[in-house]
Amino acid sequence: MSVNLEDFMSIREVSLMKIKEAKDEGQKVVGIYCTYCPQEMILAAGAIPVSLCGTSEKPIAAAETVLPRNLCPLIKSSYGFAATDTCPFFHFSDLVIGETTCDGKKKMFEIMQDIKPVYVMQLPHLHQLDAALELWVTELRRLRSTLEEQLDVKITDEKLWDAIRKVNQETIAVKAICDLNKMDPPVLSGLDLLTVTWSRNFSSDKGSLVTMLKELQQELAASRAAQGGTKKPRVLLTGCPVGLGSEKVIRLVEESGGLVVAMENCSGYKTLELQSDTELNDPIVALAQKYMEIPCSCMSPNPYRLELLERMLEEFRVDAVIDLTWQACHTYNVEAFAVGNLVRDKGLPYLHLESDYSSSDLETLKIRIEALLEMVA
Amino acid sequence: MLVVGLDIGSVAAKGVMLDRGRMHRAMIPTGWSPRDASEELIYKLLQMSGREREQLDDIIVTGYGRIAVAGAGQAATEIKCHARAVAELYPQVGTIIDIGGQDSKVIRINKQGRVIDFAMNDKCAAGTGRFLQVMANALGLDVSELGEHEDPNHMVAVNSMCTVFAESEIIGLLARGTSKAGIIAGLHQSVGRRVAAMVRRIGIDGKVAFTGGVAKNLGVRRALQEELGCQLLIPEECQFTGALGAALLGQNNMKIAWS
Repeated sequence: MSVNLEDFMSIREVSLMKIKEAKDEGQKVVGIYCTYCPQEMILAAGAIPVSLCGTSEKPIAAAETVLPRNLCPLIKSSYGFAATDTCPFFHFSDLVIGETTCDGKKKMFEIMQDIKPVYVMQLPHLHQLDAALELWVTELRRLRSTLEEQLDVKITDEKLWDAIRKVNQETIAVKAICDLNKMDPPVLSGLDLLTVTWSRNFSSDKGSLVTMLKELQQELAASRAAQGGTKKPRVLLTGCPVGLGSEKVIRLVEESGGLVVAMENCSGYKTLELQSDTELNDPIVALAQKYMEIPCSCMSPNPYRLELLERMLEEFRVDAVIDLTWQACHTYNVEAFAVGNLVRDKGLPYLHLESDYSSSDLETLKIRIEALLEMVA
Repeated sequence: MLVVGLDIGSVAAKGVMLDRGRMHRAMIPTGWSPRDASEELIYKLLQMSGREREQLDDIIVTGYGRIAVAGAGQAATEIKCHARAVAELYPQVGTIIDIGGQDSKVIRINKQGRVIDFAMNDKCAAGTGRFLQVMANALGLDVSELGEHEDPNHMVAVNSMCTVFAESEIIGLLARGTSKAGIIAGLHQSVGRRVAAMVRRIGIDGKVAFTGGVAKNLGVRRALQEELGCQLLIPEECQFTGALGAALLGQNNMKIAWS
């Protein structure tokens, strides 16, 4: 039986059952929010790393009884899910790991401590500095000993290298699927692409995930029928993280006759070129180097994001760029200036959108997106 | 060739028919049904021109109601339609300011009338026709009377841009006996300042045109010209710019006499 998109749509449900079974057998679960979290460490500890919910509007009202309204919806949603105990992955987590990426998140994690043990890693924001890498290495070692202590395990170098190889493979497999969209017409719609790249973070088993990803890639590459018809504008989405539940911009683009062919954001292409160097002696250093390279706007300066974007514009034959900033995400909002200049210098239409998870601005988003697509035609 | 352009806005629905160099215009309140409004406009335009529905070659619909009446014809955004109309009316224009009932836009176009960049106001009504309408109500005037009632020499600063707060600010000013004409000038200035900031973000290239219903307001024209430090080109029937652009898109490159 071959792998298809429905299998990815059901990853969350399947994974939840497996996580419950694993918990019953005494295995530990560690919840994560961000691509900066070195999940290899959790794997090496014999625990299950799993993404936590934070892409739905539903729990935001509950979160706003504690958090300010004028805060990023991703932070409010994450906290709201935790506070209302409506995210099963959070519910099953023995420990949650956070990072000091942005101000909103790090202060929210302080409050989340009251609900569940939250371990926060201090992420430096200047990656070209030796002292920053040193701090990050120290932070990874601190995480290692914390996990060893809290989960009562020994994290050996051997287990770490094992986990590193698994995650490297996953990254290669996801990238291979994303890269299929360099073809014109693309192989996957933006919504299907998101289903694959986002849902994979909820998988409880890296081994079977990598197999699924590889099979899907082969399936898609082979089944690519020559789709005729009118050429649709190819849109690249960049900016804040998007998941199922907060996919309204992708949906609007595709309802308006465009296609989101690539996504330079967290579960998407942002991290897919990054591999841990398995030639190094120390797995912790290998991990630290990889994670410090992630071009999140919380880094200052953040040149790799622009380099990556510039290459993606060419390779994915992009016709227009949408830069999505969630309300009150200052770093992506300010960085939009540099992204806009880069895109306009390439002679491509650029649209910066500021929004939240609600549906209140669908009409105003729609007209902007339609006008952007008209600029391509 | 016989084409109709419809602009179903939040307040008014506008229609333009282009009939071999002749133009017919009609405008009605949009009401609650964009679909009914568009049917009524088509009916009126057909009556004015003495044409039959079957003779229509194309209908292009724009405005917020463009999706609701999708069955009537092809849809295009207001941004594209304003660009098309202004390129026809004023080939020397590179920047367009359009202030309508519920949004304000700044559009940059190239020599061919293609949109290069645009910006729109965010969610709130600040700097739109709706803002002026609420203020006119608070002042006991019709929105169409605001322009002639201002006195820029005795301008009173209105600080709130939020429609709700500005309304209470005005009520407070009136209670203190402040001159109505000065308040009105201050309101126009605040709209002008807000929109001018958006213009600077997008940039001025060539001449600047001002379209949309609010372009009829002499006070907003004055304030915008002051804030931008340049003259604005304003179509005589500025409310019909979007509908004209829609019609022109339907009937590309046909020269018309703007009357």
